[in-house]
Amino acid sequence: MNIPGSGIIKGLAVTARNFLGSYVEKDRLTTEQYPEERPKLPENARSFPFLVFDGEDPEAGMRCVSCKICEKECPPQCIYIVQDRDAAGKAIKRPKVFDIDISVCMSCQICVEVCPFESIRMDQDYELSSFDRFGSLVLGKSRLLKSNTYYRNIHPTEAAETDARLEADRKKKEAAAAAKAAAAEKAAAEKAAKAAVEPEVKA
Amino acid sequence: MDLLERAPIELKSWFLNLLGSFGVPQGILSVLSAVIIIGTVIGVFLGLFALMSVMERKILARAQNRYGPNRVGFFRWRLFGLFQPVADGIKMITKEDLVPRTSDRAVHFLAPVVMMIPALLVLAILPYGRDMVPAELDAGILYFFAVGAGTEVAVFMAGWASNNKYSVLGAMRAIAQMISYEIPLVMAAIIAAMISGSLSPSAIVAAQGGFAWGFVPQWFVLTPWGFTAGLLFYIAALAESNRSPFDLPEGESELVAGHLTEYSGFKYATFFMAEYIGMFAVCGLLVTLFLGGWQAPLPFLTIIPSWCWFFGKVCFVAFTMVWVRATLPRLRIDHMLAFAWKFLLPMSFAAFLSAACWHYAGRGPLAWLLSLAIVGIPYLILGTAFTNRFAISRRTYQFSE
Repeated sequence: MNIPGSGIIKGLAVTARNFLGSYVEKDRLTTEQYPEERPKLPENARSFPFLVFDGEDPEAGMRCVSCKICEKECPPQCIYIVQDRDAAGKAIKRPKVFDIDISVCMSCQICVEVCPFESIRMDQDYELSSFDRFGSLVLGKSRLLKSNTYYRNIHPTEAAETDARLEADRKKKEAAAAAKAAAAEKAAAEKAAKAAVEPEVKA
Repeated sequence: MDLLERAPIELKSWFLNLLGSFGVPQGILSVLSAVIIIGTVIGVFLGLFALMSVMERKILARAQNRYGPNRVGFFRWRLFGLFQPVADGIKMITKEDLVPRTSDRAVHFLAPVVMMIPALLVLAILPYGRDMVPAELDAGILYFFAVGAGTEVAVFMAGWASNNKYSVLGAMRAIAQMISYEIPLVMAAIIAAMISGSLSPSAIVAAQGGFAWGFVPQWFVLTPWGFTAGLLFYIAALAESNRSPFDLPEGESELVAGHLTEYSGFKYATFFMAEYIGMFAVCGLLVTLFLGGWQAPLPFLTIIPSWCWFFGKVCFVAFTMVWVRATLPRLRIDHMLAFAWKFLLPMSFAAFLSAACWHYAGRGPLAWLLSLAIVGIPYLILGTAFTNRFAISRRTYQFSE
């Protein structure tokens, strides 16, 4: 026969086991003590977009060419780009202003998908709170530009893929340029040869 | 060790003698003596309340495999978060004191005060140690229940004055609960008073003194009737102090916060404090009536001062209350009232009868068996009936199947 009240004793035993166990087995306590302990984020974790630059100098190594595709594609329209112009007023392939309002951004990653220059990528930084509701949440170029090394750190697989593609593109371009140069040389040589032959014919 | 045992009393008389030697008149000295006692008792219980408020959260957290509050410290020393009550207190005091426009302002203001007064008054009759009773009353137990009933008025005042449907519903529930559980509570107390032949808490503690065969304490909880009565008292005390699993008056899932809905800031803190001090008081009475009061559990442990034993036992009972809170879910109102009237009340009568038989059968082995049978058989019958009555069965749907 089931003694009445035995269920309560069993329940009390369960809580007692958890209570005492949490002092003995450290595995039971799954809470991370946040500011001191930080989670290792999974590779695919993403917060807000940032801009990748190559080399050391952010301005010189900037991949963005100010094509404004991301600005047009952005569903909540949180990206604002102004193209740079040189002294003569001619447009340069470089943004003068590149702002992302992260209070509007919804982290959809569409800008990353559409960027043909592998320039905009997703960041993992999540400590973005500020005392100012507007200004500090609009990230300018200075805060958006982060080096390719940083990108390799946070998304190793994705970065390797991008780097391989960029390298292949560069090689293809080089090969194309070489082929073009060779063709031009050939044409020039033929022309020269022709020129050398023609006077003889004339003569 | 005798010095430590008498330290609180000696310290007070030394201080008063010092003042007396400076020519302070006798009348003022006797008033001062009372003020010192009152201040000490209130101070100790406020300290216990502060400690309890953080320890309860830590114990509950540990039962759920969490850390609980462990941040608030003193400048750079964290101290396991023991300064949490200070932060809570500052927060409570600086919060806005909201009073609903349609409320009965005077009653709304008075309710926390009226709640606090009985919680503090009942502390007067508890024997905190050998010769340490603030007010030596012949009918101390009666006084405890008579004064303690005042909290019910305060709860209803709070619910009614708030002019809020949830408040008044919560207050109604609280009244129904407190009155229902007052009866098993008093019945259990009567049993202890009956066996020791006195309503004076000191006499009840004295009746539990001494050791059988030189090492088994004579506490009432170690007899069949005493164990039953003690358990009944404990369950009823949980309900009286509105603690889980009987915390229906504050059932946030249906009643927001019951009679506390319209209270904020320091008034809310006062309610909270009164509830906890009331809980400690009723724990103290449980310790006095059944757990041997300030008596040590083993003869050689008497070197530890009696007041340490009293507060140690009170803290232990308070810990078990938190433990129960971590374990049991909240009851439904009809289940709770049925439990009081159909289970606790008959069981308290059985314990009463058992105690009487134990006394008249000569308090020997035969008496032990007899009293065990008198509480055990009704327990099995009532308990089985009760479990079957509320057993969870497969639900059948009339229309959908």
